[in-house]
Amino acid sequence: MFEVILLQFLNGLDKGGAYALIALGLTLVFGTLGVVNFAHGALFMLGAFCAVVFRQLITLETVTIDPDQLSPWGAPLEVHEPLVQAWFGDFGAVLVNYSVPLSLLLTVPVMLVIGIAMERGIIKHFYKRPHAEQILVTFGLAIVAQEIIKAIFGANPIPQPMPVDLRGAADIGALIGLTPHAVSYPIWRLVYFLFSVAIIGAVFAFLRFTTFGMVVRAGMADRETVGLLGINIDRRFTIMFGIAAIVAGMAGVMYTPIVPPNYQLGMNFLVLSFVVVVVGGMGSLPGAVLAGFLLGILQSFASMTQVKALVPGIDQIIIYLVAVVVLLVRPRGLLGRRGMMEA
Amino acid sequence: MNPALITRNDLLLFLGFSIAVLAMPIWLQPFGAAYPDLLQRFAIYGIFAIGFNILFGLTGYLSFGHAAFFGVGSYAAVWSMKLVTMDAIPALVFAVIIAGLFALVIGFVSLKRSGIYFSILTLAFAQMSYNLAYSVLTPITNGETGLQLTLSDPRHLDRILGFASGSPTLLGQPLLGFAGFYFCAGLLIIAFFIAQRITGSPFGMMLKAIKSNQTRMHYTGFNTRPYTLAAFVISGMYAGLAGALLAITDPLAGAERMQWTASGEVVLMTILGGVGTLVGPVIGAWIIKYFENIFSAFNEVILHRTFGFLPDGVEDFVVLVTSKFVGEGWHLTLGLVFVLIVVFLPGGVMEGVRRLHHLITRRSGPAGKPATRTQPAE
Repeated sequence: MFEVILLQFLNGLDKGGAYALIALGLTLVFGTLGVVNFAHGALFMLGAFCAVVFRQLITLETVTIDPDQLSPWGAPLEVHEPLVQAWFGDFGAVLVNYSVPLSLLLTVPVMLVIGIAMERGIIKHFYKRPHAEQILVTFGLAIVAQEIIKAIFGANPIPQPMPVDLRGAADIGALIGLTPHAVSYPIWRLVYFLFSVAIIGAVFAFLRFTTFGMVVRAGMADRETVGLLGINIDRRFTIMFGIAAIVAGMAGVMYTPIVPPNYQLGMNFLVLSFVVVVVGGMGSLPGAVLAGFLLGILQSFASMTQVKALVPGIDQIIIYLVAVVVLLVRPRGLLGRRGMMEA
Repeated sequence: MNPALITRNDLLLFLGFSIAVLAMPIWLQPFGAAYPDLLQRFAIYGIFAIGFNILFGLTGYLSFGHAAFFGVGSYAAVWSMKLVTMDAIPALVFAVIIAGLFALVIGFVSLKRSGIYFSILTLAFAQMSYNLAYSVLTPITNGETGLQLTLSDPRHLDRILGFASGSPTLLGQPLLGFAGFYFCAGLLIIAFFIAQRITGSPFGMMLKAIKSNQTRMHYTGFNTRPYTLAAFVISGMYAGLAGALLAITDPLAGAERMQWTASGEVVLMTILGGVGTLVGPVIGAWIIKYFENIFSAFNEVILHRTFGFLPDGVEDFVVLVTSKFVGEGWHLTLGLVFVLIVVFLPGGVMEGVRRLHHLITRRSGPAGKPATRTQPAE
């Protein structure tokens, strides 16, 4: 029984990590700019497509027809040779193999530019407008983003291979002295979990230990006073929006081997992430992380066969159910500040 | 002023609206939209948007889960046609009651909160309904296939009366083609009339007061909950009616009608037309449904024909660019238009019309306050 519970717990971690990362970005945007960003899921999706673009770039290849070799059908064999492999030899092969993690390098600048452009272009004008209008304009932006992606890449999911060395499963059970093969867990999901923890840690450290982060935290607490001190808080908040976009984008990149990205990926995650933010408490960063992992794990437990036999359909609704209960019982969410959006 | 009597302006608006709706097969002819299938959709989504506006436009509560009531209405109507009779009226009544009860439950819980929390709660309930309709409730909803009529359905009332029909009827008359449209149009006009009466009534005033300052309403000792709940239930019943009509004109109910994108669509319609106005949401619904049907039918061949007068190279380029915005990509156009509307014209089409009207009257009017305007030095 312990093995089963441990396995479900682990299964929840990677999904929880994705929820936590998106919810963290949403909360950063809400806490700094006071904007409810329905386009955040689209940023996750755009990040995932950065991985697709990167892989397409890195696997650009020359095709030569070799008349000496014959394919099994008797025609001259087409020899595909990736350019990076031609240029760098074995190192090129490593690059292709690790294309998903390497595409983070492309994702960071791209998402930063997209985030800042979005903030300066549209969202800037919506600081003072009602939340309903913020929801609407960002919802429109999300539609635009996903339709552009659909126009370029089509509607079908584009699978991204994970690095060869990270395929397969880790025998977690044997590691901690249980029966071997009772608890085996895909390595990539473990990687994803560790990655999300690292990113979350980096964001928190950035906010806590840098001067920039200190100013941002001060601005989150009292924007006006910070402005009166002669600090250009708007510029810093814009950069925070860029950082939130990067976090969402990186979460998307690393998720591509788990779920092949298509243009609707963001919307599917967005709804859940909003629920996560609300459960954690609007504007609370630790709340977003906690709720993300909590709901990921809960969802994983709810999809156990035994639980489903007990309450049919519970796996489909557990997250929403938790959200409803939390919102009604504890209006400001799990870790929300007193008085913050409690109405 | 006696509230029981209709004012002259209201009467004119109502009559104008009725004529415009009933004459749709004529004045939509030049736009290529005057076929019954599309006209029915115009009427149905008009009802849906009017109902949504009763909640969002009057009270300011932004529900992101209205498609759930729409879907429930569809399912209820199909079940009524499966079990009782093919006649449309019992199906409508049944659907409206079920959707109303459903809205009562969801509204009772969701309205405990306001603002974004209310949006999330309604969204959560709608997603729950959608997920359940796809999985556990398959015996009721027939899951992915969708609920449809079959020959082996019992239809108890029809059997007793010895009446048989393969398609939905109204008092024995089949609801096909333009008959179906006029049925929907009649209901749209009734729905519009009721919404108009609600907006002008003391109840409607109360809802508007809740929108402008709910805290002050609390301070004056008013319990706003019954009012918002009533508005929520009414708007849920409208959605149920629209869903039932869609099921009657096309007897197939699928779970995707309850997905949150469908909820988003009715929000788009209302915003595009003009929140809080009576006619606006209907216009928004028409615009979106029109573009969905006409724009999405465009393809490269039609575009090449349209831009055939341009030089070849330019033509190819123009076709390449525009083809991204029509056909499969019409959602892109919709999204862009929507963003522009929210940014520049938050009041939607109706506000545009009002501004235009204002501009014209000021320009042509003799005393358009020219004295207060600063003249550019030239």
